[in-house]
Amino acid sequence: MRKYVPKDDVQKKPYYTDRYWVAPQVAKFDVESDEVFAADLAAIKAKCEVIEAYIQVDQMVVMIKPTDNFTVAQILKDECAYNQLSEVGAMDWIAKQNQYEVFYQFLSMSKRKRVRVKCFLDVDQAVESLNPLYRSADWAEREMWDMSGVKVNNHPYMKRILMPDDWVGHPLLKTYPLQGDEAAAWYEVDRIFGKEARDVIGPENREPAMVDRYDTERFGRLGHEIERGAEFKEDQAKTPLAYQEEGGVLIIKKFHEDDTVEITDRKR
Amino acid sequence: MQQPNRLRPFFENISFDRKDNEMVINFGPQHPSAHGQLRLVLHMQQEQITKAHPDVGYLHRGMEKMAENMIYNEFLPTTDRMDYIASSSNNYGFALAVEKLIGLEVPRRAKVIRMMLLEINRLMSHLFWLATTALDIGAMTVFLYAFREREYLMDIIEDYCGARLTHSSIRIGGVPLDIPDNFIHDLKEFLDKFPQDLKDYEDLLDTNRIWKMRMEDVGVISKEMAESWGCSGVMLRASGHNWDLRKEEPYELYDEVEFDVPVSDKGDNYARYKLYMAEMRESSKILYQTMDMYKKTQENNETELMAHAPQYISAPKLDIMTQNYALMQHFVLVTQGMRPPVGEVYVPTESPKGELGFFINSQGGPYPYRLKMRAPSFWHTGILQDLLPGSMIPDVVAIIGTTNIVFGEVDR
Repeated sequence: MRKYVPKDDVQKKPYYTDRYWVAPQVAKFDVESDEVFAADLAAIKAKCEVIEAYIQVDQMVVMIKPTDNFTVAQILKDECAYNQLSEVGAMDWIAKQNQYEVFYQFLSMSKRKRVRVKCFLDVDQAVESLNPLYRSADWAEREMWDMSGVKVNNHPYMKRILMPDDWVGHPLLKTYPLQGDEAAAWYEVDRIFGKEARDVIGPENREPAMVDRYDTERFGRLGHEIERGAEFKEDQAKTPLAYQEEGGVLIIKKFHEDDTVEITDRKR
Repeated sequence: MQQPNRLRPFFENISFDRKDNEMVINFGPQHPSAHGQLRLVLHMQQEQITKAHPDVGYLHRGMEKMAENMIYNEFLPTTDRMDYIASSSNNYGFALAVEKLIGLEVPRRAKVIRMMLLEINRLMSHLFWLATTALDIGAMTVFLYAFREREYLMDIIEDYCGARLTHSSIRIGGVPLDIPDNFIHDLKEFLDKFPQDLKDYEDLLDTNRIWKMRMEDVGVISKEMAESWGCSGVMLRASGHNWDLRKEEPYELYDEVEFDVPVSDKGDNYARYKLYMAEMRESSKILYQTMDMYKKTQENNETELMAHAPQYISAPKLDIMTQNYALMQHFVLVTQGMRPPVGEVYVPTESPKGELGFFINSQGGPYPYRLKMRAPSFWHTGILQDLLPGSMIPDVVAIIGTTNIVFGEVDR
């Protein structure tokens, strides 16, 4: 029987997991244990609803509602001195709960602290662009849309950034195929010359250094030379290797126009 | 308007014939001074740029997707291909992120060796930057000199791990090998000679009239702009921020070594050039200190190179060959991979280009659920769209040069 692969998550799976194995957790600490983070969290809580907040690996993680992302970023920038937005990204939880998880990584240089603001987002929902606050959001959000398909509102130039403009699909979705299909293999040929040219052009040679000894059109054999385009035979007679320099390099001292031959076939 | 047909398909929405005076120039992706695969669409009014659109993605290999389908150790060599000028620093960023996720403490000797490798990589990267930027601006001699010195460093690295560009010289939990016998000697010989080399470059460039005209007051990044664009590394420090992750959020043994963080508040190309030169001197300083630290670990007989965590890291080779249980664990770790705990981590490191961060979300499986790489060059390319307007065409080359972008890292 063919192996079953779930359609909503085609990623590679571990082939064996002990049935009694329970994954350990990275420790989460209470925000109150760090006074700087506690003050930042209080500032956020004053204006927005905070679903969850904890400290993990020295950084505060704040889970908010997706509609609050701009307000929270503004609070962090203006009130809490988080002056850099170092990273924006999304995780795909569509198979599990039909949602994306978007994270924003903030850095405060004056406090030497990092905060990660996260929110769960429905598939058809969009987040507000942070571009007016941090210019780095411009490219980061474009990448997030390109790679994960998270929609962003009020972005100045929402366009794919890493993939070609006419690409279909978002590569970091768990449903995105791991192997290219036929359409991808013939992408350029189909677009430029049409499907009927596939036979003429042939599949892409992924090894540019490949030498085909039977192809006498494009390859010659030193020591066993034959006519261009002639059929290759296994018992090819040897041709002597000669260097131009052996008989002296040909130098034209005086050019006689009458003795010259005009070559019309450039492939001669 | 373009009239798309089969032989001339619709390439982006650029129209070349316009009614006004504006000219659209396509810079790259095959331009020799585009440092790889950068395409810039420049809108010009005479010689002046009015609009710039950097177009990236020509080197996109989907590393984040690859990471989700590889076990952690399997992915490490792929990080070499990000910033391929200084690949150990990528290896290190990834290894450190996984170590933080697991909560591993790396043996001291491995830390010292890692610091040596990182600083050698920084020197290699900065020398490469100097060479290529000088070449772009026309200083052929500096290019040849700097590549000569870089070659020494590559030989030293080759002695350590066998590779010159794609090192994979750092493992999750430590380093794979101790440094070879002649390593310290070679490195010391190089470092003793290096200040003279740096002086040679500076003699050629510092007061060179062409160099100054191309660099001074060109590509000025203000303090606010650098901050807002998420700049890091030299791009940030040249704009007046005193921010080096080795000092601010020290990792490894950077809090034990003495070095300065060169800062400038000019923000122009020349400031960045001076910072690169100063950073090379600081790196040499660190390398001298790590050599002493290494000798001390020898005296104290600290020979461990990999952390001891049988659940995540394979035992030393001797144990694997002699103890059955170590062999079994090694087999499971190689075939199935380690399973870090459920959780998230974002770990920034100061790579030669800037803040290189790895975000890992683990769901307790052998594959990361999501791995996001925060490559500094990505934002240093993005800033071009705000930086270039107003400057002239020849400035573009100088500005791209000093941003020090590497496209393996931008496109990932």
